[in-house]
Amino acid sequence: MSAFKVIQPGLLTLIQDRGRFGQHRLGLTNGGPLDSHAFDWANRLCSNDANASALEISIGGLVLEAQTDTYIAITGADMKVTINNSAIELWRTIKVTSGDKINFGFATSGARAYLSVAGGFNIPESFTSTATVTREAIGGINGGKLQAQDLLPCAQTLQRTIFSLPEPEIPDYNLPVTLRVILGYQQATFDAVQQRLFFSSRYQLSDKVDRMGFRLQGQSIQSSIEGILSEGICHGAIQIPADGQPIILMNDRQTIGGYPKIGSVIAQDTAKLSQLMPGAYVNFEQISLEHAHNINHLKTVRDQSITLIEHSA
Amino acid sequence: MKIEIAGENSIIVYFADQTSPQVSAQVQQCMHSVEALLGEHLIDMVPSYASLLVIYNPFTTDHYFVRRCIDKSLSELQALTQKEGNLIELPAYYSTESGPDLAPLAANAKLSIEEVIEIHTQMEYRVYAIGFAPGFAYLGEVDPRIAAPRLSTPRLKVPRGAVAIADRQTAVYPAQSPGGWNLIGLCPTRMFNPQAQPSMPVQVGDRVKFVAIERAQFLDLGGEL
Repeated sequence: MSAFKVIQPGLLTLIQDRGRFGQHRLGLTNGGPLDSHAFDWANRLCSNDANASALEISIGGLVLEAQTDTYIAITGADMKVTINNSAIELWRTIKVTSGDKINFGFATSGARAYLSVAGGFNIPESFTSTATVTREAIGGINGGKLQAQDLLPCAQTLQRTIFSLPEPEIPDYNLPVTLRVILGYQQATFDAVQQRLFFSSRYQLSDKVDRMGFRLQGQSIQSSIEGILSEGICHGAIQIPADGQPIILMNDRQTIGGYPKIGSVIAQDTAKLSQLMPGAYVNFEQISLEHAHNINHLKTVRDQSITLIEHSA
Repeated sequence: MKIEIAGENSIIVYFADQTSPQVSAQVQQCMHSVEALLGEHLIDMVPSYASLLVIYNPFTTDHYFVRRCIDKSLSELQALTQKEGNLIELPAYYSTESGPDLAPLAANAKLSIEEVIEIHTQMEYRVYAIGFAPGFAYLGEVDPRIAAPRLSTPRLKVPRGAVAIADRQTAVYPAQSPGGWNLIGLCPTRMFNPQAQPSMPVQVGDRVKFVAIERAQFLDLGGEL
């Protein structure tokens, strides 16, 4: 079989496509890449479909052996990746040959890397998606994270254009992150003082950070209510439990919940958040729904207008 | 009725402060009409006790249009009776063997075990929400005589099929998981089976009645002890 073999799975490596949508009524969450920006570029560098299945590598430690000739691209966090012990460039299409050993160190900048392969990994869909959600045991290979000896099937690909992302477009994960928020849900239960505190304080990522949610610590803010009838939770929603410490709900969140929410962080910024390590600081900025709509459309236009640098093979 | 922004691509509709079979039926009705009105623009929806979260594609539409569709669907809500939704019967083997909290729950309620079973099977429940885990259906409302608070220390392992009570809600655990609800029996019907079509026997808005079965029937129906 034409595939990559997992020699070491690393701390948490997951098969992801863009996510599972339209299944909330069964209680199924979205899954999908935490940093959708880096994920999308990985697929684009391999000239793939936007929804092709790739790997999300958290923190690092993954070792793969190519068992076919193909092309890959690695984007996102810098994990000091080597192929056969030579350092490789990120954000670039790379030719691999059967027998090559791809070795991820640990993140020195950012927290999650993405590895795409030409044509995507061939993983059967469950509920319309290959996205792995370990809590639900759905997607990927048997619903779990990668294990040593797993085989990741993919096509042999002998010809692909080698592209790289222009240097100025490569994200710097050490820059401060501002999370843009649209007020919503129970925002009216946070009075003017609480809202001002929230938007003027700096929050630190706690060590309780996973694909369900990112718990922050800092200035406590209070809602005038303790709980609500459980209701649908959208991606990026900011839940404020009784201790006043915000939790930003991410791709693997539960679909319903009963804590008050002040609003939601836009997906472009949860992507940046997902590249931060515990201890990093963030702050919040309020934007209007109209502004968010513009930001989203402009990002699409901007990304499409970036011309990749073409290299001779 | 109240409509709020939830996020960059989602709007939440609140039908009431409290739930009831009528409110739940309205959520269902609105969900179906919004689904038809939004068509391709719809990404997902989360119906719950008294609210409906509508998630749309902001690259093909905008919140003004979605808002208009929601307004239209709300203006067309019809008076509904609580008899809407399919009636699904779920078999349950109630016993101290299959429900470790049955005896203490009965003792606290000053009822016999037989009375607890009778009260639990008499009621027709409504599926108010699905969440927590795939296929976990929140059923309400449990007769106040057998309502019981969550365990102070949740169990690390609740078996698949466990029939459970927490406050005035009841549910069948769709998979083995940790859980703090009071376990009173086991249901041999799979509440979530990724290989089956449909993968769940119930959906939000359906009505559920439990039917007491004997140990032998439970085993015949594929139940495991």
